[in-house]
Amino acid sequence: MELKIEDLEFSYTADTPVLRDINLCITGPKFVSILGPNGVGKSTLIHCINKILEPTKGKVYIDGTDVSTITIKELAKIVGYVPYSANDTFPLSVVDTVLMGRHPYSSWKSLDNDLKIVYRTLRMLGITHLSMRPFNELSAGQHQKVMLARGLVQEPKILLLDEPTSNLDIRHQIAVTKLLRKLSEEQQILVIMISHDINIAAKYADEIIMLSGGTVYATGTPSEVITPENLQAVYEVEARVEDDGGRPHVILEDAVSMDEEEYYEDEPARV
Amino acid sequence: MDSTDEMIGEYRASIGRKVLLMAAFLIVLFVLIVLSCAWGTDNSFGTAYQVIIDHITGKHYEIRSWEWWQDHYIWQNVMPSVAVSIIAGVGLAIGGVVMQAVTGNPLADPYTTGISSGACLGAVIAILIGFTFASTVGEYGIISNAFICSLVPALVVVLISKRAGSSPTTIILVGIAISYFFNGMITFLMVMADPNKMYAAYQWQIGSVTGITWGEIPMMLAAVAVASVISYFVSSKLDLLMLGDESAKSLGLNVEQFRTLCLVMLSVLVASIISYTGIIGFVGLIIPHTARFLVGGTSRFVIPMSIVLGAAVLVFANMVSRTITFYTDVPIGIVMSFIGAPLFLYLIMRKKSQRQIF
Repeated sequence: MELKIEDLEFSYTADTPVLRDINLCITGPKFVSILGPNGVGKSTLIHCINKILEPTKGKVYIDGTDVSTITIKELAKIVGYVPYSANDTFPLSVVDTVLMGRHPYSSWKSLDNDLKIVYRTLRMLGITHLSMRPFNELSAGQHQKVMLARGLVQEPKILLLDEPTSNLDIRHQIAVTKLLRKLSEEQQILVIMISHDINIAAKYADEIIMLSGGTVYATGTPSEVITPENLQAVYEVEARVEDDGGRPHVILEDAVSMDEEEYYEDEPARV
Repeated sequence: MDSTDEMIGEYRASIGRKVLLMAAFLIVLFVLIVLSCAWGTDNSFGTAYQVIIDHITGKHYEIRSWEWWQDHYIWQNVMPSVAVSIIAGVGLAIGGVVMQAVTGNPLADPYTTGISSGACLGAVIAILIGFTFASTVGEYGIISNAFICSLVPALVVVLISKRAGSSPTTIILVGIAISYFFNGMITFLMVMADPNKMYAAYQWQIGSVTGITWGEIPMMLAAVAVASVISYFVSSKLDLLMLGDESAKSLGLNVEQFRTLCLVMLSVLVASIISYTGIIGFVGLIIPHTARFLVGGTSRFVIPMSIVLGAAVLVFANMVSRTITFYTDVPIGIVMSFIGAPLFLYLIMRKKSQRQIF
């Protein structure tokens, strides 16, 4: 499959675009990680891909189809999404939560088939024992796996994940990232994950997209993108990059000093 | 667990248990209906049951005979209020389920958009000023005013949402603002009013199911029946809304459009109830929570369970309201507050310590 983004621009207010001049062409299946500092527009970019947000300018094509020409229900069959956080105010069992991922396909007669897909996915992720547990009583790692299951039962060609490892300890971060890589290979899907952990992304991703200043700063293999120069330019950090079995490994040395006022100015509201 | 089929079997069995529980509460509802007809009279439960069945099967009695009076008392004095209790209970409970989904807020109830203050303002204008939109005075003038004014807050919410986005927070905040404004107008009219009229206006606001005749029921019934069917058929979409806008959109739901449709449906539903009954609180808040507590959070089960529970609780409250004092009926709105508040506290405490039953 092919995800192509042409001249994409998005702005919440007329004068300050969050994203501008985004041009990308990603062919899958593969595991792609989007990197970039806070507020650079990583979430906004994936929201423009799955039509949670409408781009101000530009087009998104999936296998040659302009996504603005198809309904969000049709798009939900092609693009799965695992959000940064899920509202679990109301009590739902894990099965019912994952079953919602079948909504784009659902009809009154399809429950058995949907349940089969749901349980097959729970089994694949090793969480069948949680199936009847309330979703809002799970640990952060279990919570994340359930959300991943919900995205997978959409049977998407492209799976988008907004910082799926943000609330996890290091062991679970590695486990979830490895799982995503495995899924991209086994399910033959394009997995695109936003990440803040450069080393984990470098170790497992096939391709890195590095954003800076609302646009694509660099794209390519981890070795091509994760370089001391790019890290200095994008994150304003001094770092050494060593080779670790053909993949880059970042050793942070220092950050460009940032006074308190600048820190708060840079900290964006989540979108 | 060995196979997918076994797990599906377990899931299906849990559905079966939920359906059985609903059936059990349906039986409780029927018992309460019959008990309402026997309550406060010399009739036994069996006699009341027989009179109800005989009436339904079309049995005729000699006019002014003992049986005729029994039939007349039950079907003309008791049953209209029981029917209104059922319809209002169902409608307000569904209103609560839908509003909580639309706002993603467990504290929401059918009145969150300010619909009750709209209805009150309409009724107060009719009672105190004598102005009605329906060019008719008296009871129908009050009802039509309450109905029309209760649609105003939803209209404002929908219009503002179109400009500012229909986020749950916007809906709740706009609802609060409208309520304050309308309540200010109500208070202004009340303090300027003649005390006797003020008493009538105040009394209207306390929900009551008595004094409503069979002729007034069809509109309420139609609105509740249509809303019940629609809500059930869109239950999976209501579940998506409860996940939050981002998730709902990513799963293929046109959130803004669906939320607006729900708000319009809710307004007509609730307006057509409270313009007849006045404001009955707590049903729309506690019944959805009780239903979730009993059958889990999926709207496919919460809606039918809320229908049964909402009807049962208001039928019970009506029964209590008719007999709590010897000399007069205590309005059902007051009884519901007495029943609802402790029940809600109980649910909060129990939720902390224990999971849902199924």
